[in-house]
Amino acid sequence: METERELNLEATELRLGLPGTSDESAKNTTHRSNKRALPEQPVSANMATTSKNCDQETAPHTKAQVVGWPPIRSYRKNSLQPKKSEAEMSGIYVKVSMDGAPYLRKIDLKVFKGYPELIKALEDMFKFKAGEYSEREGYNGSEFVPTYEDKDGDWMLVGDVPWEMFTGCCKKLRIMKGSDARGLGCVV
Amino acid sequence: MFWGSRKTINMNYFPDEVLEHVFDFITSHKDRNSVSLVCKSWYKIEKYSRQRVFLGNCYSISPERLIARFPGLKSLTLKGKPHFADFNLVPDDWGGFLYPWIKAMGKSRIGLEELKLKRMVVSDESLELLSKSFPNFKSLVLVSCEGFTTDGLAAIAANCRFLRELDLQENEVEDHRGHWLSCFPESCTSLVSLNFACLKGEINLASLERLVTRSPNLKSLRLNRAVPFDTLQRLLIRAPQLVDLGTGSYVNDPSSEAYKKFKAAIQSCNSIRSLSGFLEVAPRCMSAIYPICENLTFLNLSYAAGLQSNELTKLIQHCRKLQRLWILDCIGDKGLGVVASACKELQELRVFPSDPFDAGNAAVTEEGLVLVSAGCPKLNSLLYFCQRMTNAALITVAKNCTNFIRFRLCILDPIKPDPVTNQPLDEGFGAIVRSCKGLKRLSLSGLLTDQVFYYIGMYAKKLEMLSIAFAGDSDKGMLYVLNGCKKLRKLEIRDCPFGDAALLEDMGKYETMRSLWMSTCEVTLGACKMLAKKMPNLNIEIINENEQTESNLDDNQKVDKMYLYRTLVGHREDAPEFVWLL
Repeated sequence: METERELNLEATELRLGLPGTSDESAKNTTHRSNKRALPEQPVSANMATTSKNCDQETAPHTKAQVVGWPPIRSYRKNSLQPKKSEAEMSGIYVKVSMDGAPYLRKIDLKVFKGYPELIKALEDMFKFKAGEYSEREGYNGSEFVPTYEDKDGDWMLVGDVPWEMFTGCCKKLRIMKGSDARGLGCVV
Repeated sequence: MFWGSRKTINMNYFPDEVLEHVFDFITSHKDRNSVSLVCKSWYKIEKYSRQRVFLGNCYSISPERLIARFPGLKSLTLKGKPHFADFNLVPDDWGGFLYPWIKAMGKSRIGLEELKLKRMVVSDESLELLSKSFPNFKSLVLVSCEGFTTDGLAAIAANCRFLRELDLQENEVEDHRGHWLSCFPESCTSLVSLNFACLKGEINLASLERLVTRSPNLKSLRLNRAVPFDTLQRLLIRAPQLVDLGTGSYVNDPSSEAYKKFKAAIQSCNSIRSLSGFLEVAPRCMSAIYPICENLTFLNLSYAAGLQSNELTKLIQHCRKLQRLWILDCIGDKGLGVVASACKELQELRVFPSDPFDAGNAAVTEEGLVLVSAGCPKLNSLLYFCQRMTNAALITVAKNCTNFIRFRLCILDPIKPDPVTNQPLDEGFGAIVRSCKGLKRLSLSGLLTDQVFYYIGMYAKKLEMLSIAFAGDSDKGMLYVLNGCKKLRKLEIRDCPFGDAALLEDMGKYETMRSLWMSTCEVTLGACKMLAKKMPNLNIEIINENEQTESNLDDNQKVDKMYLYRTLVGHREDAPEFVWLL
């Protein structure tokens, strides 16, 4: 049991930081389980600053958690960030194809804050221009139109739904030739 | 007075009906329990006139005995799983099934009208049986339950002809796609409260609108995410009398027609006192809410992840009468300062983490709490998830607010010391318990030694529920609490170095409590067995998920999870394999 606890706790964020000697309140170490062996130094203060740096390299470790901590109902945890905890670690990678291109690319939707950034990145990646977006007419005046497949399997025009909803349901992207894209809300 | 002489009044000549009438005014469960202990005749009268029963642990008594004890039962509250089940510490099939209760009450002549359940497993079968067994059924409230689908809700909607309340709070419901709302018959016009915010699936919007239109008594309506903005606007026009509103999706374009109509609609909703939802939110649309803010007493934005601190504070500044505020920590310390200056009537504050697993990111610290304590002297209930806490801050809070009844502090890093002094937080919590003489519920976190328990045992004389995690040094800690807290009813402990000596010192204590939970502590199987042997009125359950059998473990092995509770009916018969009843 002791060893298990040791292992569990080592895997948690609590263990990150400087090892070191503990102060007076570490008297009864023999009584306590290993959690008491943690240093009394201002580890947490360091953690706050170094965790940001550590995050990039060791993201999976810092996110390892103690079961049932923090004490939040699963319902709330799931509602708030249905995808965020995965996304924090791995990003939302989707394949991007373009009609006529020989191979596909992959992008991480998580790095974009909204549609303009995404469209710009796609334009740069595939060297095309998407044109002006409007709700009524879609992408006007362009040869290529960005579309995506949602979780119901339907092909949708990029830009119609709120950004958060989009990142949650986009399964893959396809840059369609303008002529094929008519009928996706581009017309009036 | 009209007996005149000095003879002792013989209560047997006092008509039962008069006593019954008097007892009607006695509503608190505790008081009614006391009344039934006075004498045999009072027991009998109280027994037949009791309509409302609260069972904090569904395994403390059997359905049959409950029915025999209170044949006039109309309103029942049942709680199932232990509190730590909320945090995934209890396996799914542990227990807490509703069905046996419905079956037993259905067979008897109980005229059940209200049922409130918390942390119970509720099957569709039980909901259907419920809907068919009690013709006067009026109110169903499910909190943190699971096991049912929208089919079960359809049965309730279709069969409960006088349904007034259907309130679903934070349940895990399997959604079979929204026809349940259409099951409310056209003749159903009695709804007062409808809350389906926790449902994840689509809703038949037309049915919803028709239902709301034909429910003139509707006071409380909480929608789910699938209800879009323009439907919300139409519902408000149909139900301007609402007192409690939970929006669904709150996303729209401020320049649109729908938005303008919404602004007009909400102006006539001047009875709204409670606002929640915003499960999906467009910040630019929040200003439409401002006109009703000045009357709000309860505001729950704890699911509105899309709102930043400045948007939150702009809104809250209008809420001068707010008594209860549930919010995400992205409000920040400064934002809490705005709360402190605007909401002078605040009694309850809950600050939830928007990013629970990244302790470095929690946007509130001890500063925010101190600001609120200084600005809101009526504060009596707190749930606060934060990045850090200091003794000095807690001492200040204790000085500012002596009225705390509930004080739950969760520092996201559970053994973090005071970052300024590097000391444990014993003194800070000590100040809280010393100053708040009415404290009933306390949750601790941060680096804590036995000393904090010394203070709790010494000062927390009214404490009823205590939650401890990663704290203490030795058995002494637990003993301070068991010896000192005379009113303790629920004690839940995880990952603390409390062992057999503490568990066994005062075995009779557990008969005065509802339950004790200990997980990942130092308690051995042998000690649990001894407790079970000596105390027949306690059920000792060992939850063992490691696929070992009882014969494999020897008495010296530490037990992973132990849950004990007092009961009148001995071992329960529905325990799964991984639960050992000692």
